[in-house]
Amino acid sequence: MLTDSILTLATFVPTAGAIVVALLPRKGKVLQWWTLIVSLITFGLTLHLPAHFAYGQPGYQFEQNHVWVVSPAIRYHLGVDGLSMWLVVLTGFLSVIGVLASWNVIEKRTKEFYFFFLLQQTAMIGVFVALDMFLYYCFWELSLVPMAILIAIFGPERGPKTALKFFCYTFIPSALFLVAILWLYAKTGTFDYVELQRALTTNSALFAPEALWWVALAFLVAFAVKVPVFPLHGWLSDTIYEAPSAMAMVVAGKLGLYSILRFNLGLFPAQSRMFAPLMIALAVIGILYGACVALAQTNLRRLVSYAMLSALSFCVLGIFSFSLAGLNGALYQTLNEGLTGSSFLILVGFLHERYGTYEMSQYGGLAARLPNMATFYVITALALIGLPILNGFVGEFLILSGSFAGHERWVAAATIGVILGAAYMLWMIQRIFYGPQSSFVTNSPAPDLVGREYVALVPIALLMLVMGVASPYWMHAINEGVSSLANSSTQTVTSTAIAEKR
Amino acid sequence: MTGSLHLWLIPLVPFAGFLVNGLIGRKLPKAFATAIALIATLIPFLHVARIWFQFPSLTVPYVENLGTWIWTGSFHADFALQLDQLTMIMLLVVTGVGFLIHIYSVGYMAHEEGYWRFFAYLNLFMFFMLTLVLSENFLLMFVGWEGVGLASYLLIGFYFLRDSAAKAGIKAFVVNRIGDFGFLIALFLLIAHFGTLSYSGVFSQIAQHPEWQGGVLTAIALFLLLGATGKSAQIPLYVWLPDAMEGPTPVSALIHAATMVTAGVYMVSRTHIIFDRSPFALSMVAIIGAATCFFAATMGLVQTDIKRVLAYSTVSQLGYMFLACGVAAYSSAIFHLVTHAFFKALLFLAAGSVIHALGGQQDMRVMGGLRKKIPITFWTMTAAVFAICGFPPFAGFFSKDDILYQAFISGSLGKVLWFVGWVTAGLTSVYMFRLWYLTFLGESRAESHELAEHGAAVHARPDSKQVIEGEHPHSVHESPWVMLGPLVVLAILATIGGFIGVPAAMGGHDEIGHFLDPVLGSGAHAPGGESPGLELGLSASAVLIGLLGLLVVHILYKVKPELPGKLATQFRALYALLLNKYWVDQIYGALIVTPLLLISRHLLKGLIDRGVIDGAGFAAGATAQGFGAIVQRLQSGNIRSYAGWLALGAAVLLIVSYFGFTAHF
Repeated sequence: MLTDSILTLATFVPTAGAIVVALLPRKGKVLQWWTLIVSLITFGLTLHLPAHFAYGQPGYQFEQNHVWVVSPAIRYHLGVDGLSMWLVVLTGFLSVIGVLASWNVIEKRTKEFYFFFLLQQTAMIGVFVALDMFLYYCFWELSLVPMAILIAIFGPERGPKTALKFFCYTFIPSALFLVAILWLYAKTGTFDYVELQRALTTNSALFAPEALWWVALAFLVAFAVKVPVFPLHGWLSDTIYEAPSAMAMVVAGKLGLYSILRFNLGLFPAQSRMFAPLMIALAVIGILYGACVALAQTNLRRLVSYAMLSALSFCVLGIFSFSLAGLNGALYQTLNEGLTGSSFLILVGFLHERYGTYEMSQYGGLAARLPNMATFYVITALALIGLPILNGFVGEFLILSGSFAGHERWVAAATIGVILGAAYMLWMIQRIFYGPQSSFVTNSPAPDLVGREYVALVPIALLMLVMGVASPYWMHAINEGVSSLANSSTQTVTSTAIAEKR
Repeated sequence: MTGSLHLWLIPLVPFAGFLVNGLIGRKLPKAFATAIALIATLIPFLHVARIWFQFPSLTVPYVENLGTWIWTGSFHADFALQLDQLTMIMLLVVTGVGFLIHIYSVGYMAHEEGYWRFFAYLNLFMFFMLTLVLSENFLLMFVGWEGVGLASYLLIGFYFLRDSAAKAGIKAFVVNRIGDFGFLIALFLLIAHFGTLSYSGVFSQIAQHPEWQGGVLTAIALFLLLGATGKSAQIPLYVWLPDAMEGPTPVSALIHAATMVTAGVYMVSRTHIIFDRSPFALSMVAIIGAATCFFAATMGLVQTDIKRVLAYSTVSQLGYMFLACGVAAYSSAIFHLVTHAFFKALLFLAAGSVIHALGGQQDMRVMGGLRKKIPITFWTMTAAVFAICGFPPFAGFFSKDDILYQAFISGSLGKVLWFVGWVTAGLTSVYMFRLWYLTFLGESRAESHELAEHGAAVHARPDSKQVIEGEHPHSVHESPWVMLGPLVVLAILATIGGFIGVPAAMGGHDEIGHFLDPVLGSGAHAPGGESPGLELGLSASAVLIGLLGLLVVHILYKVKPELPGKLATQFRALYALLLNKYWVDQIYGALIVTPLLLISRHLLKGLIDRGVIDGAGFAAGATAQGFGAIVQRLQSGNIRSYAGWLALGAAVLLIVSYFGFTAHF
């Protein structure tokens, strides 16, 4: 029974929770506790998926497929496979962490915050489980709205402007993306992902190749902005800077990367291959560019945003290598980035809570005062720069080794990112925690990590280690998800090639 | 064989020690934290010793697979450990010397804050180093490889409140990462061409194809070599090691002398099957080794900090080992690795004892006359100095001679390599006896004001030890027995350790060479080319140049002590060149670091990111002023109006899309 409706529950429990938030009083920590409970329930529900996932079974699991609107033919079609399962779990997990990270930081307008926070969870889980293009699009758009509103409300310096920027960047490509979806519907009469995929593979004569190219491009641009891929990252730094930590944790990465894998590679394999040389180049530029700009930052929070740009570009590289190892690594790295990026942002938030600034030049020698916080910074930094036995290495290694054949020079250039990564992360640690204590630090005493903060950080740190040594546990499902994708994409390539020859 | 050897215990016990001390060490009583760290090192040592006695009855290589670490498609890398002759030797050195240095640290670090943290890191290092030598595949070796770099970073920066220590830590890590870049590319090449990273998989494929020469194998070998130059501080990546002396002295002894820095030598020897197929790569190894060997020795000649002399000496000695690898004399390299581990660990620990005695002083110009005051330190140090200078029968004599002989008999390049090595032996003798004279002989210069006239820094630079509060700077005292014990043991090893490899020419059996033959091959022993007479002659010449070095130092620092100053003024340019270490740090700074930072700051961050990319974003934003107004309204609205906006948006979306389709039909 639970298995039949698990995806609906996981998706909409946060919405139900959000409605209750609107009714609850703003007293004490009531809202925090309530949101935490809702998040824990959601996370618990998402854990149902790996517990009952049938490995080796093709197709989608925990499926729900009903008619939603008769005409146009919109279906309420949900399902997960190896590609999306762990991303759903990650979303549930980070939802809990997000509440803990926001506990004290969000002091005013808490009701708005937790309302939109929970709505955002629904949108994100919906994106990962929706198998109807229209339904997917609704969740996709919904994921932009709470984000923009929360940035506008809580941005410390230029909230509304940043929200506008974020909205323009993500909304305008989404409009084109919608046109592309509608065009596909006009051609096939279905929004259903599975049927669309079938139509595109078996009935390729229906589509003009040039038109498909444009459609694929519209998809790709919408997703690439959300990842973001260089040079479409103009919104990222400001958004990370202005957004509350719990929101900044989820704004980049997984949604866009998942969508590229699912839709660009799943629906348009031949076109994706056409874009591949450009995307690989942009990915490698993004890795190096992000690392260099991170090196040049004096502001800790902006450093995080460029570190994320660099780390996420690795995933793009892996995806467009089309190799099994590269795809596996890319999806694994998407999970890793979700964890390490969050850990980093939370830590930055905790530091800001204590000292009220992100300027690294203000700090110095903090490790003497906050040794435990320093330890978590170091662990997170090491995970981000891909130290073996932590999770980042597994992803980076698979991506780089998988992409190597055929792209030797690009991969060699990308590997330089490994050096730069070490440089900017360790330099950051040094400027904040090592060296003589700055007068700013000595003049404003602050306590080391407290219980709630440990509760947020310790699980992430443990996961970094476990995912670094026991990757097969996760790779099992991931491999099924991407290899079915890779196989079908090679088949489509040959069939399109044959079609073209005719 | 009978049952499992439980190799996994060897790395994982120190890891457990790291976890305990790392997590709760701060709250543990000092004695308890110490006990944990020592036991976590003693158990692996005893286990290794037990395996050593079992070794003759074992079938090697013995492999222990603990499970899959990473897999994708047909590729997988396992947590697989391997024991063979080469691993056996490395295990003995790492656990043996490692345990001695742990004991020493109990005394040396007794007054330090963060005592538990020090031991936690030290155990972490043991874990990674043992993983490195026990791994059965390249990827697990890389785990150890990066991991020892991490431990090194943490320990160099142990006194993290000191800016120089924190910076030295970063420098070490980043420079090592440049080497790791090479290692990684080599791994990618191996996967692309062999489909596996296990030693047996790669090496057996190469063995089956004798026609594979050069080509990709050269590329793999050269990228591996880049990795090795990082970890083992060879040209062009040696620059981090002298700065690494910011770490506590036991760390310098264990990590930056005896074990970690020899990882590159181990790696080249382990993968010699690849190097053997590429004469070009091999000659690069030899040339880099010889060049490093010589240049590092010249820089060691003028250093005034006792630990820095030893640092350059380490770089130079590692150069010898690379030289040996480059002439395919891998077992000679490993032999020197072993003896070097004994005498260099001893040199550092004895230097640590000197620094301890002087309350943190490291400047040799204000030492002198310590022979009587700290006699045990003096005598053990003397054994080490004789060993490194290659005086018979001390350990370094046999191993260094072996390398020089192997170089001499390997072709015309070999003669040049031998000559460089031979000259360096003389230089080694000069800088080591200079250290010996300045530190122990003559009168104490602690109160001499002569230095101030030279404008040199006279102040005690509490580099590796924080000056202990309340301790009188002149109360010179011998170290406690917990420190002297390891010194004595190492002194014995540095004295007689060379007898494991006495060559046939001197009536020995070269036990270590024959022991390693199954792994490292006997090709290097140049059958037929053996000439006992030549070997003895070369030996004698090496001893002679060593004695010459001693004589020079005796004249300079005993007979005519005013001469060094005069020489420095007379050859001012040369002196400045050496004192400033050929300005290599400055050149790297000007060519790489500064341009990188300038480009990142001004071109990428300033011009492109702020100007072009952000500018384009704002232009787009400005055209959407209408949206702006809406967002402004949103920001001030209450929750019900947000929900309203959402509902409105969804409705508009549905309506628009509905009419959108109908238009198509």
